[in-house]
Formats: sequence, C-alpha cells, structure tokens
Amino acid sequence: MRKTVLLVLLIMSLAAAYYLSCEFNISPNIASEYVAVHNKKIELCKTCPPGFMLDQENKCISKNLYQQYESLQNIGVGGLKTALPKVRDGFTPQQIDLGRYLFFDPVLSLDGSISCSSCHDPLKGFSDGLALGQGINGAELKRSTPSLWNVAYLNKFFWDARATSLEAQIQGPLYAENEMGNTPDNLLSALNQISTYRRLFAEAFTKRSPNDSIELIEIYTAITAFESSLISLNSRYDQYAHGFHNALSDKEIEGLNIFRSFVARCAECHTPPLFTNQQVAVIGSPEPEGSAFDPGAEIVFNDPTRRGGFKVPSLRNIEKTAPYMHSGNFKTLKETAAFYNKGRGHAVPEGEKLYLHWHIWEPDLTETELERLEDFLKTLTDESFMPRIPEMVPSEVNEQIKTPS
Amino acid sequence: MYKKITLALLLLVAGILLGKYFFGTNDNAVVLPSPNKLYRATGEDGKGSIERNESLQGSIHEVKNGGSIQEAVKKAVPGDLIRVFPGVYKETVYVDKDDISFQGIIKEGEWPVLDGSKELNDAFLYSGNGILIENFKIINYKGNGIMGQAGNNFVLRNNWIMDAGVYGIFPQFGINGLIEHNILTGIEDAAIYVGMCDNIDVRHNEVFGNVAGIEIENSRHCLVENNLAYDNTGGVLAFITPGLPVKTTFDVIIRNNFISKNNHENFGAPGSIVSGIPPGTGILVMAADDVIIENNIISGNDNAGIIITDFKNGGAEASNDPDSEPNPDRVVILDNFMIDNGNNPVGELKALMMTQLSTTGPDILAIGGGEGSSIRDLKRYRTWGLGDFGSPEISSTSEVKTFLLDEPAEPREISKKDLGEMTYYGICSGCHAYDIRLIGVPTNVIQMIYKDNPQGIVDYINQPKNLREDYPEMPPQDYLSEEAKMAVAEYILSLKK
Repeated sequence: MRKTVLLVLLIMSLAAAYYLSCEFNISPNIASEYVAVHNKKIELCKTCPPGFMLDQENKCISKNLYQQYESLQNIGVGGLKTALPKVRDGFTPQQIDLGRYLFFDPVLSLDGSISCSSCHDPLKGFSDGLALGQGINGAELKRSTPSLWNVAYLNKFFWDARATSLEAQIQGPLYAENEMGNTPDNLLSALNQISTYRRLFAEAFTKRSPNDSIELIEIYTAITAFESSLISLNSRYDQYAHGFHNALSDKEIEGLNIFRSFVARCAECHTPPLFTNQQVAVIGSPEPEGSAFDPGAEIVFNDPTRRGGFKVPSLRNIEKTAPYMHSGNFKTLKETAAFYNKGRGHAVPEGEKLYLHWHIWEPDLTETELERLEDFLKTLTDESFMPRIPEMVPSEVNEQIKTPS
Repeated sequence: MYKKITLALLLLVAGILLGKYFFGTNDNAVVLPSPNKLYRATGEDGKGSIERNESLQGSIHEVKNGGSIQEAVKKAVPGDLIRVFPGVYKETVYVDKDDISFQGIIKEGEWPVLDGSKELNDAFLYSGNGILIENFKIINYKGNGIMGQAGNNFVLRNNWIMDAGVYGIFPQFGINGLIEHNILTGIEDAAIYVGMCDNIDVRHNEVFGNVAGIEIENSRHCLVENNLAYDNTGGVLAFITPGLPVKTTFDVIIRNNFISKNNHENFGAPGSIVSGIPPGTGILVMAADDVIIENNIISGNDNAGIIITDFKNGGAEASNDPDSEPNPDRVVILDNFMIDNGNNPVGELKALMMTQLSTTGPDILAIGGGEGSSIRDLKRYRTWGLGDFGSPEISSTSEVKTFLLDEPAEPREISKKDLGEMTYYGICSGCHAYDIRLIGVPTNVIQMIYKDNPQGIVDYINQPKNLREDYPEMPPQDYLSEEAKMAVAEYILSLKK
C-alpha cells in the first residue's frame, strides 16, 4: 500500500514539475531537475501563492484566520482578535507570477544593474540590511529601505507617506535618478524588446490582443500583484492571538504586556494586528551624524506641524530588517526601544520646532523591560510564505531560441 | 433532666450562632455579591430600559490574599468568574480570553487592592470580549488602572482607582460597554477615557482631582450621565484627537451631570493632549459633532462652563491630520443650570475677555469654526461667540435611555467550511497545494491516505509522524483550535482542485 502511494506520488511530482511550470511550487530537492528541463522557457504559474485561494474568475483571494474577526469602524486596528485592514487582492496567478519575474529582473533599471530585489531583498526581510538605501551606481539614498511584507494591507507608502497606492509607489524608485534611474520610455522599450516578456504579459493581461505592446500600467499592476502576495501572518505571536497561549514564553508575554501597556505605549501606534495604525507621527528620531534634518511629511503635506513626521511602519518581521528608523540610525531593536525611553524630544536638534506626538514621553522602562520588548518583537517573525527567487529572469533568456506558442 | 441539658445546649448553640452573627469575621458572614452579570440595554422600541440578568454558567475561581489573580485567569475558561477576596495583589492582570468576570469581595470595608507600587505598568489589561471587572481598589500603577484593547461588551463598575499614572479606566477599540459607579482620583490624564469606541455609557461615576474627569475621544454613540466631576482641570471632554486611525467623534450626550469647581492646576504630562486644557473648564467640546449637553449643573468652573472649539483654538500641540474634520458641528445645548462660572479666566480666554472689558469668563464660549450649532434660551447665560447659534430642533433627549446595544456585539459568524478554508489557505498552503508537490505532500495524496477519516488528519496535525524519507517532517500545528483542526481536516478532504 505504502509503496503504491509513494509511486503515485513520485509520478505526480514529476508530472507537476514537467507540465505545470510553476517554479514557485517546486521544493528545493527537485528544483535543479526542473531548471534543467525548463531553462529555455519561463511559464507563469497558474496557481495562487500561499495565503490565497483561486476563485472561479481566476483571481487570487486572500485567506487567513484574521478573517474570523471584526474591527471597530472596519479600520483594521485594535487588539488580538481584530480583523486586518482592507486587503489588496484579486490579482490573477499569472499577474502575480509575472510581477515576481519583474521584481527580480535588473532590466527594470536604466543600465540593467539593479532590480527591485537589490534593495528589497527577500533574504533581508525585503529590505537591504543597510542604514540608508543604495541606488544605481552605489548612490546613497536619504532614507532606509522599507520592508514589503504585508504591503497588501497598507494605504500609505514611502516613509513620508507620499503615495497612496502601490502602483504610485513603484514609480518612485523606478524613475528616481539615484534609485533605478529609468524613464518610462526606456523601460517600455526594454521590456517590449524581450519576447519572453511580450509572451508573459499577454498571458497575464488577457483583455488585449496578445500582439499589443506592453503598457506601463501592466508593469505597475504586475509588480503590485506580486508585492501584495507577500503575506506574513503566521508568527508565534499570531498563534497566541488566535488563542494558543503556549505559543509565547513567559518572557515574551511579559514583553507583549509591556508593548501594549500605557507606559511603553508601543501598541498605540504599532497597533495589532498589523502592528501599525498607518498614521504619520512626529517622534523626533535622530539623523545620522552630520546629516541635515529630514523634514519628512512636512514637504508632502505642506504642513509645518508635520515636520519630521514619518509613517508608522509595521513591526511584522522587524527582526529581519535592522538597522531601524527612517535613517537607519539604530542597529538593534533594543537600541530602538531605548530611543523612546530617553525622554520626549531628547534627539531633536536645537532650534527645531517639532510637534512631537503625544505618546512620546518618558516611560522610564528598565533595562530588563527593554530586553523583554525585544523578546516580544522577535515573536512577530514569520517568513513561511517566502516567495521563490526565480532561477532565471526573462531578460536572461537566450532570445535566439524561439519558444513554441 | 435531659430536657434541661438539651435546653442548655440549645441556648449555648444559639449563643454561639448569635455571637458569630454579631461579631463574626469568617467568610461566611459576608453575603457574596451575585455572580451574575447584569446587562442593561434599551428595548428594541427604544422606550424604557430593560435589565437582563446573564446568569453564571461557568465555574468560580477564588483568589485570596497571597494568591495570584493571573494564575486564576490562566485556569479560567470563557464563562468563568474570578472572585478576589480582600488583600493586596501586586500584579498586572492580563486577559486574552473572552467572557471572564472579575469580582472583588468587599468585607467590612476591606477591599481587594491591586497595588502597582509605582513599578508595575497597568493593573488590568484585557483584549477579550465580555469582560466584567467590579469591586476593585486600584492604586499606584504607572500606566492605566483598567485598559481594554478591542474587547466588546464590557462592564467596568464599582472600582475605586487612585493615582494611576495615565488613565484610570481606558477602553480602546471597544463596542458596547458600560462604565458605572466608579470613583477615580489623582490621575495625570483622563480618569475615564473612552478612546476610539462605539456605544458606551458612562454613568454614576465620581471623578475628582484628575487632569480630565471624563473624556470621550474619537468615539461615537456615547452617553455621559449622572456623573459627579469636580476639582479636575477639565470636567467632561468630548473631542477628536488628530492623528488617530479613527477620525470622528459624534453622537455624544452629556446629561444630568454635576460638573463643579473643576479648577485643579493642570498636572498633565508635557505634550499630552490634556496638558493644553485650561484649568477651570467645565465641559470642553473640541472638533466633535452632534454633542448634546442637557440638564447638567455646571457651577464654579473658574475659566468657563462650556468651551466649544476647533483644533486650532483647542490648545492641542499636535500635528494636523488632513483626514480629521477640525470643527465642532451641530452642538446642541439644551437646558443647563449654570452659575458662578468664569471667575478667573486664564490664558487666551482671559485676553479675549479683556477685549470685552470684562474680567470674568463666560458660562459658554464658542471659538473657532463649526456650523449648525444651537442653544435653548441663549439669553439666560453669559456667552461669547454664540452669535450664529440657532434654536435647537429638539427640547429633550429623554427618548435616549442608553447607547448600549440591544444585543451584545456578536463575533462574526463563521461556518465550518469558512474556517477550514481560512486555515487551509492561510496556513497549510505554505507547504501544500492540491496536485503539486511543495514542501509537503500534495493535498490530493492526503485525501487518498485519509479518505473519510478527518480525525486521522487531526491526529497527524497534533502529532506528525514522519512517514516518508522524501519529505521533511511537518512541524506540529497543535496551536490551532480544536474547531479549526477539524474544520481544516474536513476541508482538505472536500477539496476538488
């Protein structure tokens, strides 16, 4: 009996690898075999990434245990058993998978040197491990690279909250001279010259003729689709939140209680279940030595009361994205927590008038309490839905070999 | 002879019993409060209030002096009652379960006391629904006395809270809650702070010697009734704080309260929203809409009886929020008994009154933006800035008995199939797909092995055995609830693709 099952399984595995061409779904031990078979052809996944259910209309619908709950005024902030904010979903498996190829493809930058993933590295929490981002030709950027985990739930993007959709956000780094350095025209012409992309875009965007050129909005949509699939909601904290109280150790629970206490007040802005309330807050965190003061949201909103204001980041997978804060000034979580403990406005440069957030005060936490906070923050780590890095991206496909249509 | 002995014995026994009755100190001498939760709400027709007695179904856990309330919480299951006897308890009690009741037992004036010794953060922290906390004395915490995060259907009453650092009672993100018969004093921010909540009644409380007495903030459908607020910096506040995820405050009734001599110096923490409240403020309405103020006695508040203002004039040193409408609209002032207010106006109001050649503040001040507000009998009061106030369309709010919901806010109804689907795609799909090999075996292979045997899948989920060398071992998924395990097992067996 067991042998039969094994045999069936073996046949099915091979069949899956050969026919479905969904590289995302290949486990590491047979990946090499798969690449050997398919290294001349890339095909888009027909199934949804984990965390999504394929519906009748070929759309991937987000599914998770937080859908059991409600939230006050449907805003998606609250306590442990609270619904998430409205999710960005409903993309097709093909759009998501195409977005994955684009995300990892350096052809998106002006000189083909860097891809989205150069800064949003999945192995570094979709950030880069640097204090400040690094663009094309090693250009040092002004702020640190935000993580992309759970961006499907966000409604503001960039540290200074200047974009309200992922499609708008994507255009920032694509066309910034010191980031990917590209131009819309150049990007379009580069992609339209790659036959694999023309085929894949036609597969992902079926409402137009397959012979039509790739359009900018399709590029943004596909990358948005992929980024929206980066879901991290299965941490040990989540197990606790859903009711399994043994998921956290006593020290971690102590950390949770400090986190949500009204002394530390972390949860007032980093509110569960996403660990951000998606607001702009002026907290007065310092710039790196010698750097000019970053006015942040003041510029975007043309409002001096928001000077030095930045979007409250989610803390999910925060363990993976050191260093911290908009300028990457703090190396560890404990150091970051200690910033909030040092007194309201202690790092505000002389002569700066900032409207500091009312929750910034002097909580007077002990060293032990800061350690417990760090313990708790590490329970927010979950990378179980890590997407696969493509073995090969379309710009690397040998164009000489014609693929059968 | 026997009769005499019997009689003597009887007398003796009676004497002992009588003695115990009059001088006894054993626990049995205390009549324990009802273990049942009294839930009050309006009838569906909105006329008259009804009282519903939710009788205790669960078990009772007793905590006595020297014991730990948290240990009892760990043992408790939804529906249970935790009775705490007089004594001093130095702990933070956190409750991440639904339907747990806490009942202090007060014996000859001795209360169960939660003492934070100015070292502990909060006394009670709850996230569950259906939490009841009554009869506790809470002192010397650094943070809050009672703090709720997203718990609905709560009852917080008969608590005596002193010197909590920040807030006395602070439900946040809660729907349908009753806060009544509490006494709070010495609190550096708001004694009772209803923050980002819906459908809350705050009544019969005594708040004194705090920076803010009762604060309704970024909340809707709130009734503040029959409270006594005195000697605070500000008595009763209804406002919007900018920069919070919930952007509105509206539908608030402030009725039948005694709001007197709220002239305490402001000892709020620098930067806190309440640190901008001028001492001597009876009622403050900032940016909130549809606030009705009726039948209050508002007296002896040295700055002003009622201040109605917008963000700009409200004195809050906070950054703006383009998503919050900054003006108080449609404020309705019905009959109120106002005397002796404004004897010593401060700050901007003082400067403002000087321009009127007056040294006293008004009963009612409206300053800044806002439209559609109205007042009954305007001429009766000393007012400033009420020129555009009309006549109210209503004369009374008596038809509103309560803002509590007719039925408790229920959790979302989830079918077994939905739960199975959420669990399968939300968790299992990280390693399993229907007919593709991922990290784990394809789901259709699981279906072959466990045909008609969901319990087999549940057993495997609880304690996986590595059956095959060609797959990594599955970690136990025993953190899932029993319902979720069975739901996902059945869902897996029902999948077609």
